[in-house]
Amino acid sequence: MSRSDVLVDADWAEAHLDDPGVVLVEVDEDTTAYDKGHIRNAVKLDWKKDLQDPVRRDFVDRRGFEQLLSERGISNDDTVVLYGGNNNWFAAYAYWYFKLYGHRSVKLLDGGRKKWELESREMVTAVPQRARTSYQATVQDSSLRAMRDEVVGAIGKQNLVDVRSPDEFTGKLLAPAHLPQEQAQRAGHIPTAKNVPWSKAANDDGTFKTDDELRALYGDEAGLDFSKDTIAYCRIGERSAHTWFVLHELLGQPRVKNYDGSWTEYGSLVGVPIELGEAR
Amino acid sequence: MSEPQGCGAPAGGAAVPASASSEAVIEGHVTRAGTPVPVGYARLLNDGGEFVAEVPLGQDGGFRFFAAPGTWTVRVLAPGGVRADQTVTAGYGRRTALEVTV
Repeated sequence: MSRSDVLVDADWAEAHLDDPGVVLVEVDEDTTAYDKGHIRNAVKLDWKKDLQDPVRRDFVDRRGFEQLLSERGISNDDTVVLYGGNNNWFAAYAYWYFKLYGHRSVKLLDGGRKKWELESREMVTAVPQRARTSYQATVQDSSLRAMRDEVVGAIGKQNLVDVRSPDEFTGKLLAPAHLPQEQAQRAGHIPTAKNVPWSKAANDDGTFKTDDELRALYGDEAGLDFSKDTIAYCRIGERSAHTWFVLHELLGQPRVKNYDGSWTEYGSLVGVPIELGEAR
Repeated sequence: MSEPQGCGAPAGGAAVPASASSEAVIEGHVTRAGTPVPVGYARLLNDGGEFVAEVPLGQDGGFRFFAAPGTWTVRVLAPGGVRADQTVTAGYGRRTALEVTV
């Protein structure tokens, strides 16, 4: 896997946004952003309404994902280029979804919506009309997703990467600083986890840092053992999908899982160990 | 427990209501020559200069963060290479208001 297999830049996107086999898809934390303006021909996915089960806390199931993509006019053979705001964190989350359900060609737009906007590239409000498809998803790839028992079992054995901000990691905050402070019953982090805030992987303009910078960040600075399996988590699994993308897709680490239950699940479990303060 | 709102904001700008006295709110508006700047981003950095959060500006150029007591830097990014930093002090039960001119 090389960077060009999983990332495209804005010039590439601009040159290919009318190609029939390329579908740009915007996924934003701010689900109204698309409606205010988006890249021409891009379709929208709403991370909450479209990608979450409306009743249980879980993803849309395989059938639901098939229906969603069919309705948006995305086919199995399309190259899907995902982008979004805030360093692509929700776009990275959607990327992970597409991989979980076996989409063959999916890429992120490096820098996402932010870089596109800051460069004053064209934005439109027209919503493209795409013909319905018959999308076929695969069985969910469990090698990319960690569940809670596996996380508890990984304490002290695998790399655990807590990608939340330092204040959330130490227990000072329960949620990111642009959200009301709510959610998990307890603050803190999973014992033996290293804290590498997801945002350290990105430059100010939202593009990913170089492979060498990323390897130094997770290896030399944070002390991850690249020979071990890795589980990344945050609060509900979106920021950690961004880190999963870095470790698995950019750095080519073979066994990296995203724990989407993350701190809202772990910090509410009865009886599991929790550590407060700095990493030990 | 209310529904998780994700690791991100539900909407751009200052749309998240700020009411609880336990919040340390930092909010403000970005203007250029008296006009709101609706396209841009506000980033919150901690006292060590580390990134903590980022929101897109609202239609009124507004932004809001729910921080903790302490010193923070708000960095505004806008088209044209604009990058403006302001340092603020936040406290629980208090709204720290900023007016950023770019």
